Amino acid sequence: MNMFLETLIGGLLAGTMYSLVAIGFVLIYKASGVFNYAQGSMLLFAALTFVSLTDQGVPVLVALVITIVVLALMAVGIERLILRPLVNRGPMTLFMATLGLAYIVEGTAQGLMGSQVKALDLGIEDLPIFLGDIMISQFDLTAAAVALILVVALSLLFNKTRLGVALRGVADDTSAALSIGIDINRIWQIVWTIAGLVGLVAGLLWGARQGVQFSLSLVVLKALPVLIIGGFTSITGAIIGGLVVGAAESLGETYIGPFLGGGITPWFAYALALAFLFIRPAGLFGEQKIERV
Amino acid sequence: MRKLIIATLLAGGAFMATTATLNAADVTQYIPLPTYRVGAYASSGELWWAGERDYFRYINEVEGGIDGVKLNYEEFETEWSPDRTVEVYERVKAGKDGSPIAFFFTHGTPATYALLEKAAADKIPLIDPAGGRTESIDGRVFPYAFPLLFSYYSQASTGINYIASKVGGFEKLKGLKIATVYHDSAYGRATQPAVELLAKKYGFENIQIPVADPGNEQSPQWRQIHELKPDWVFLRTWGVSTVVGIKTAARFGFPADHIIGDVWAGSESDVIPAGKAAIGYSALAPYPGGADFEIHKRLKKFILDAGKSDLRDQKYFGAVNYNVGLVNAALAVEALRTGYKKFGARPLDGEEGRWAFEHLTIDENRLKEIGFVGLLQPIQITPLDHEGGGAARIQSWDGQKWVLQTDWIKADHEALRPLIEQQAAAYAKEHGITPRTPDTETN
Repeated sequence: MNMFLETLIGGLLAGTMYSLVAIGFVLIYKASGVFNYAQGSMLLFAALTFVSLTDQGVPVLVALVITIVVLALMAVGIERLILRPLVNRGPMTLFMATLGLAYIVEGTAQGLMGSQVKALDLGIEDLPIFLGDIMISQFDLTAAAVALILVVALSLLFNKTRLGVALRGVADDTSAALSIGIDINRIWQIVWTIAGLVGLVAGLLWGARQGVQFSLSLVVLKALPVLIIGGFTSITGAIIGGLVVGAAESLGETYIGPFLGGGITPWFAYALALAFLFIRPAGLFGEQKIERV
Repeated sequence: MRKLIIATLLAGGAFMATTATLNAADVTQYIPLPTYRVGAYASSGELWWAGERDYFRYINEVEGGIDGVKLNYEEFETEWSPDRTVEVYERVKAGKDGSPIAFFFTHGTPATYALLEKAAADKIPLIDPAGGRTESIDGRVFPYAFPLLFSYYSQASTGINYIASKVGGFEKLKGLKIATVYHDSAYGRATQPAVELLAKKYGFENIQIPVADPGNEQSPQWRQIHELKPDWVFLRTWGVSTVVGIKTAARFGFPADHIIGDVWAGSESDVIPAGKAAIGYSALAPYPGGADFEIHKRLKKFILDAGKSDLRDQKYFGAVNYNVGLVNAALAVEALRTGYKKFGARPLDGEEGRWAFEHLTIDENRLKEIGFVGLLQPIQITPLDHEGGGAARIQSWDGQKWVLQTDWIKADHEALRPLIEQQAAAYAKEHGITPRTPDTETN
C-alpha cells in the first residue's frame, strides 16, 4: 500500500511540472486561438537567457529582470512580425507560423548562447522527505507550490483586473472586443509576454532538474496529453490534466510497465489522452462549442 | 609585338606549369563528416567536431598532411537524425574534387544500422568507434563495418570487470544484484546479451530497467531500484536521461559511487547539471577526459594559441567529448597512413580504406609518437576483429573534473567472442551472406 501511495503522490507532484508547461499553451490559445508550437522553444530561450546571464556573474535579480525584459521584447516582436500580418488567417496557418517560430527561437538561442548544457541551482534540495514510510521529493513539492502560486496569480489577473477582463473579452469574442475599443495587438503582446514568463518559471524548474539545454524544448511533448485531457482553454484544466497524466504515467510505469517490457511513459500518456478524446473531445474543462451547421 | 605575344605565351605556360605543380602538391583525401551542431545532442556534437577538426587541421598545417596528402574534411548538419545521415552518405559516396571516400564516419549507432547494407553494397567502410552493431566485429560477415575501439559487449564486460575489482574478485560477484538502467532504444538494449552471458558465468542477478526517451522523469524507475536494492547500477543512458538518472538516484538514496555510466553517459554534460548528486559517479572511459596528454600540448601550441581552434570556448579543451573527436580523428589518420604505405600516397577508395582499417595497428611506440599515451588504448585491427581494442579506463567525477581511477581494463573477449560469432552467423544466414575467408585473400 505504501508503494502504491508513494507512486501516486510522486506522480501527482511530477504532474504539476507538466501543468506548468501546459499553462503557457492555454494562455495563448485562450487569447488568440493559436496553438503555440513554439512554447517549448520560448521556455528554452527564457531559461537559457537567465542562466547565461548568471553565468556571466550578473546578480540573480538583475538577471531575472533582464530576462523578463527580453521576453517582453520577444513578445512584441512576435506580435508585430508574425501575428499582425497573419491576422484573420486560419488556425492552421497560425499553427504553422508558430512551428517556424520554434525553429527560429531555438536556433537563435543556441546561436547566441551556445549549445553546452548549463547547470542551474535554484537552491532547492532534491532530497527526499518522509511522511511515515512514504518518500516524497522535496523538489517536486516546491514545484507544486510554485504551480499553485502561479495559478492563483493568473486567476487574480484574469478575474480581478481590468487587463484580465480585456484578456477574457478578446478570448471570448475578438470582434466584440475590437468593437468596444480594446487594442487587440496590445493584448496579444501582453499575453505572449505572460506566456513567456510562465515559460521562464517552467524552464527554471525543469532546468534545475535536468540542466538547461536544448532538450528543455522537448518538455512540450509532456504538455500535449495534459492539454487534451484538461482542455485547451482552462488553466484549472491544465492543472488537473497535469495531475492525471503524472499519476497515470507513474502508476502505469510501475504496475503495467513490467508486463509490457517497461519504458511505457511516453505513449501511455498519449493513449490516455486518446481515450479522453473519445469521451470528452473538449477535455475535462475545455469549452464545448455548439455551432450551427 | 611578336616578342610581346611570345613573352605572354611563355608567361602563361609558366603559370600553367606552376598551377599544375601546385595541384599535384594539393592532393587531398576527402573526408565527409555528418555532424550535429544544433538539436538535442548539440552539446556533445559541438565539442566532438571541434576535436576532430582541430586534429585534422593539426595534421594538415603542422605535419603537412599524411605523407603529403592533405585532408579535405567537410561537415554536413544532421541533427543526429539517421535519415539525414543516409542522405549525406548518398550525396558524398562518389567522393569530391577527384578524391573518392576511403571511409564514412556515421557518428551515431542508428545511422550505422541504417547504412549497414548500403555501405556493404557500395564497398565503403562505416566507421563508428564505441558504437555500431556489436556483431560487426566479425569482419568475415561484415567486411565494411568497423565498431572500433570499444563495442557495446566490451562496455558491459569492462563494467562487470571493474565491479569485480571493487568487490574483491570475480567470485564475489556471485549473489550480487546488478541493475542496468538503460535508454529504451537499440543503443540502450545493445549490452543485454553480454550482461546475460556474464550473469550466468559469474552468478550475479541481472536486473534490466528501461527508461523511455527522452527520460526527463525517472521516479518510477528509481523507485523500482529503491525496492529491489541492487548492489550496483550500470547506467546506460544518453543525453538528458543521464542527468535526470543521476539526480533521481540521489533523491532515492542510491549512492553515486555505486553507479557506473557507460561511454555515452560519461561526459561533463552528463554530470555538471547534476551538481552534487554526481560526485563519486564513475564512467567507462575509452575516451578519458583531461588536457594533460601530450597531444593536447601540441594542439595548444599550434592550434589553440594560434587562434585556429574550432572550439567556441577554450574551457572545453580536454573535455570528454572534445577528446572523443581527437581519438576518432587519430584513428582515421593512422588508418589512412597505413593505407598510403600499401597503396601509395594518394586518395584511397572504399576498398582500399577497408584494407587500411583491417591492418591498422597502433602500439605503445606509435601512441608515444603521436602523443596519445593514456588517451587512446593500443589497438590492433584484423579482418577477424574489427574492434581492435576492447578496453576502457574508469574515471570518476569529483565535482569539478573527471579523475582517472584505473589504467585500461580489458573486456573478457574469450567469453564474448563466441556470442559475437554466433550472432554474426545468424545475420549472415538471414541475409544470405557467405562469410569471407580472410586467410585466402590476396591482399
